[in-house]
Order: sequence, then C-alpha cells, then structure tokens
Amino acid sequence: MHTVDTHHDEDKSQYFWVWGFLLVLTAAEVALAYNQVFQPVQMLEALMILSIIKSVLIIGWFMHLKYEIAAMKWVMMGSVTICLCLMCIFFADAFRIIHLGVK
Amino acid sequence: MSDMAVSHGMAGEFEPSLFGAYSKKIGMWLFLLSDTLTFGALLFAYSYGRISNPDWPTPFHKESIINATIMTGCLLSSSLTMVLAVMAARRGDRSWTRNWILFTMFFGVAFIVLHGMEWTKLIAEGMTPSKNPWSSTVQQFGGTFFTLTGMHMVHVTIGVIYLGVVALRKRFLPILLICWLAVWLGTPADSVFHLGAHLILIGAIVAGIIMFLKPKDYDAHDVEIAGLYWHFVDLVWMFIFPLVYLMSTRITG
Repeated sequence: MHTVDTHHDEDKSQYFWVWGFLLVLTAAEVALAYNQVFQPVQMLEALMILSIIKSVLIIGWFMHLKYEIAAMKWVMMGSVTICLCLMCIFFADAFRIIHLGVK
Repeated sequence: MSDMAVSHGMAGEFEPSLFGAYSKKIGMWLFLLSDTLTFGALLFAYSYGRISNPDWPTPFHKESIINATIMTGCLLSSSLTMVLAVMAARRGDRSWTRNWILFTMFFGVAFIVLHGMEWTKLIAEGMTPSKNPWSSTVQQFGGTFFTLTGMHMVHVTIGVIYLGVVALRKRFLPILLICWLAVWLGTPADSVFHLGAHLILIGAIVAGIIMFLKPKDYDAHDVEIAGLYWHFVDLVWMFIFPLVYLMSTRITG
C-alpha cells in the first residue's frame, strides 16, 4: 500500500455527529416545507441556506476537504462557487417574468 | 508512480504533485467539479421554471414527502458507512472495508428502489416528460423533473456499480448480470425501467473491460476515491430534495 498523504487524526465519533446534524437539518427542512412557513421565494432562500450548510458538512468532513491544504480548498471551492454564482444571472429574468407576465 | 504523493518543494526526480495530493484524488476532484456544473445547470433551470411559473404543479403530498425523506436518510447513512469504509481501508482492515462498502451499496440500492417506486407512481398518475395532469400551462414540469432526478439516479446506479467493483472486484460481475436480468425481465415492457435496466448491463461491460485491462487489488486510495464520488452523489441530492420535492409539497387535510 502506498504512503497516503491524508494521514491525520481522525475521531470516528465526529462522523456520527456530522451524520446526526445532517439528519436534524433534513428534518428542519421538511418541517419548514410541510408547514409552509414562508412564501415560495423566501422558502427557496431558507431551504438553500440549510442545503449549503449541509453541503459544507459533507464536503468538509465526509469528503475530507478540511484536511487538505489551504490552496486546494480555495482553488476547488472558489472556482466552482464563482461558476455557480454566474448562473444566478438567469434568476433576474425569472423574477422579471413573474412581474411582467408571459402572454 | 501515479498514486504517489510528492511533497511540495522537494527537489527530486519528479515534479511536485498538485496540492500535495495524489493524482487520482486530484483527477476525481476535477471530475466532480465539472459534474457540479452539469447538475448546477440542471438545478438552476429547474429553479428558473419554478420561480417564473406561479402555477407550478405541487404533486408531492404526504406519502411522497415521507418517501423522499427516507431516501434522503438512506443517502446520508450511506455517506456515513462510506466514510467508515475509508477509515477501515486506511487501517488496512480489508474485511471491514468490504463490509462497510456493502452497507453503502445497500443504502444506495434502497434509494434507487424507493426512487423507482416514486417514478412509477407519478407515471401512473399520467406524468410524462411533456405533460402532467396537475397543470396544463406548465408543460415543462415533467421534463425538468425526470431529467434532474433521472440524471441523479444514473449517478447513484454508477456509484453502486463502482463500489461493487472496488469491494468485490471480478466476483461482482455475475451479481451485476443477475441484477440486470432480474430488472429487465421483472419489469413490464412499457416501463421506463425495462429499458433503463440496460444501464446495469453497460456498467457490467465497462467494469469487465476495466478489470480485464488493468487487474489490480484496490487499495486505500481507491476506496477514498470511490468515497469522494459517492459523497458527491449524496451532496447533489441535498439540493434536489428541497428544490424538487419540498418546494412542491401539496398539503391536504
């Protein structure tokens, strides 16, 4: 077996905590949506914030990105975040359609 | 040498590896970043349609939400078992590496079966890629739903095959072929899964070619790389679940 460059102190219990937290966040999402706490746009924002928190937990702990060097974290996450943010430009048009109406 | 990690700044025969990580890991991360943009585009297209159509259908009632929540639980649990498999592989514990991967595959298959049941129910209610019975003005609902969730289901299926190859190697091929025959012969000829079963056959052929061309004993690196792919599949669902299901709940009674 090769020398693995990802030797770091791993505590198994931290993964169970992350898993439990992810399940709690999922339950919170379901409760928010099922009780229809917010209007659609506000609901979308609330659910996306919870999903981003969940994705940070998955990428950081389960995918071990938190153990990688800083350059890798910034390049990987920075590039994909910029690309995804660029796609947000389309949302302005989606809102415009609501207000102007499509005939 | 492709698996070796070379420290930055170390003068020697080889170029230092990118980010001090072994090349297979960098390769998988780059693939996952490109796949993120694919799913990102699909998710943005779905969200665009959802926001710009006040009459967007809300077909997911209590049963569907419970089903999708259980599916989410399956994927989250599979991520936990996958990370435990990676830890076991690093310890050199081959037995528990295989066991944890098999648990991960179990959760993955459970996800696919539950998702298949959900699709079957929606199709029985009259939903197709070009029309839906809930809103005649929003014809793109079926197309966006099936494209997004279908793409994800394909990724989960590929992930299960990938993990099976890492855990069982050539012993997994006959299991795959039996699964293919079972799904193909066990579904009606007009079912989408009758045709979709051939994805398993394609997976078996590709896995067979790879194992024939490069027979090897998969090590801790390979388990970690397979884990990265699997966690990514889980990650994508964390956005599909709220966007597709929770944003289209139908509360009755």
